[in-house]
Amino acid sequence: MEFFLVQLFNGVSYGLLLFMLSSGLTLVFSLMGVLNFAHASFYMLGAYFAFQISTWTGFWAGLVVAPLLVGALGMLVERVGLRRVHAHGHVAELLFTFGLAYLIEEAVHLIWGRAALPYHVPAALDGPLFQIADSPYPMYRVFMMLISVSMLVAVWLTLTRTRIGLVIQAALTHPDTVQALGHNVPRIFMLVFGGGAALAGLAGVIGGAAFVTDPSMAIAVGPIVFVIVVVGGMGSLAGAFFASLLIGCLQTFSVSLDWTLAGLLTTLGFSMGPDTPLWSVWSIKLSQAAPVLPYLIMVLMLIFRPRGLMGTRDE
Amino acid sequence: MHAQPPTSATPRLAVQDLHAWYGKSHILHGITLQVGAGEIVSLIGRNGVGRSTTLKAIMGMVDAQGSVQFQGQEMLGRKIFEIAHQGLGYVPENRDIFASLTVRQNLLLGEKSAATPHQHAALHAPWQTEEMFDLFPRLRERAETLAGVLSGGEQQMLTLCRTLMGNPTLVMIDEPTEGLAPKIVEQVARLLEAIRARGVSILLVEQKLAIALDISARLYVMGHGRIVFEGTPAQVRNNAAMRKEWLEV
Repeated sequence: MEFFLVQLFNGVSYGLLLFMLSSGLTLVFSLMGVLNFAHASFYMLGAYFAFQISTWTGFWAGLVVAPLLVGALGMLVERVGLRRVHAHGHVAELLFTFGLAYLIEEAVHLIWGRAALPYHVPAALDGPLFQIADSPYPMYRVFMMLISVSMLVAVWLTLTRTRIGLVIQAALTHPDTVQALGHNVPRIFMLVFGGGAALAGLAGVIGGAAFVTDPSMAIAVGPIVFVIVVVGGMGSLAGAFFASLLIGCLQTFSVSLDWTLAGLLTTLGFSMGPDTPLWSVWSIKLSQAAPVLPYLIMVLMLIFRPRGLMGTRDE
Repeated sequence: MHAQPPTSATPRLAVQDLHAWYGKSHILHGITLQVGAGEIVSLIGRNGVGRSTTLKAIMGMVDAQGSVQFQGQEMLGRKIFEIAHQGLGYVPENRDIFASLTVRQNLLLGEKSAATPHQHAALHAPWQTEEMFDLFPRLRERAETLAGVLSGGEQQMLTLCRTLMGNPTLVMIDEPTEGLAPKIVEQVARLLEAIRARGVSILLVEQKLAIALDISARLYVMGHGRIVFEGTPAQVRNNAAMRKEWLEV
């Protein structure tokens, strides 16, 4: 029970972090039809910027400034790059973001090197906050959840309670009509792209300190975020939320479980041992298969429910 | 491009030799038309002759060449939202209501964030949400309802009201009565006249000839991407040959 609760907390905190990433990606996709391959690169930049700022002024300034910098960079990318490429169609846009991801990775190599950076949890948030049974639960994990949840509430309130949020919602389905009412839709695109980048940056700031800050962090998390957007349903924020929690918990639980198919079959009364045909398959531990599980879910989802959990797009 | 103050002799909208393309297809072949202050002008013709494309070209939604002068300023080459800010309103044919927003929120989005004061000079006063509700009590009843569940007629009213909330001095309306019950059609016609009485000009694309003849000051008949006839309702009524050639199915 104790193990279950600790893992559940970990899974939810990781899932919320993933949602900060996937929410931006799915909003940009819904609004602009662009699947942004460089989205996880903004996550990485958040961590690197925050590390750099933390060496000058400490963690807290980085927490605020780094996402703003990443957001500004995102707006710049949309304004001077993506908007011009837009005229040539979605494939060109996709290739543009694909190239941008490489550029950002190489820039990170050049500036900060290839090794992992000593970007850590700040002293004020280090240590346990409370006990689950006899296990201490780290304060920083709770902090991650708090930041994620408050950011998500802020995004939700912006989208549903403010005029600009209503314009964004309307532009999701009828961009030309919204423009004909006098709203500057290209500017809305830029703000949403920048906002999505800032959210990814914020996820990087808190995720980089919790996990690891190195040049492979974008590649490590990028495909998972795509899985979430596909499983949740392209363009659905609510779908992305549930898929984030699902994948977050699945990854957290599976890495710490040594369950095997052989064990399951033995429990069911079958006799299994090293002599059984295909023993190498039956004896794969769940923890060994953990990295593949999100993709397995995505493949199953694409076969049985292509529009995802809550997607509305048919294409 | 120098702005000239509109005079009573200057039409509010003057379209000159307008050509438009969808990709490589040449749709409009030199449209010339004018709409004066507080005038209802209809653009009629069979389906596919380019009436909707004319409105879209004026609004900057399709590739076009020629000249579109609105209140003395050239509109061609401007972005859609900039044209809207000059006081040109557009009500699309397909009733593009924002289905996931409430009726009130739809109307809110019709308001312009930064209205230019001079464009209101031609109007008595800016439109208010409550006035819209007075015109259409049904919308008041359903103010907090999601717009997606409204009936076709209610959606049409909402689209029109939403555009009016931006206080246009000229509103282009594409097929407002399409698919509506006769009683509602009559309501729409009365509304258009009420809008005109406020000093707003209307460029109307209408399939129902009776309505167009009833409320328009002048009509343009389109055929094959061109204007083939221009005249008053009486002239259209009296020209059976023209109606047979260009209007009757």
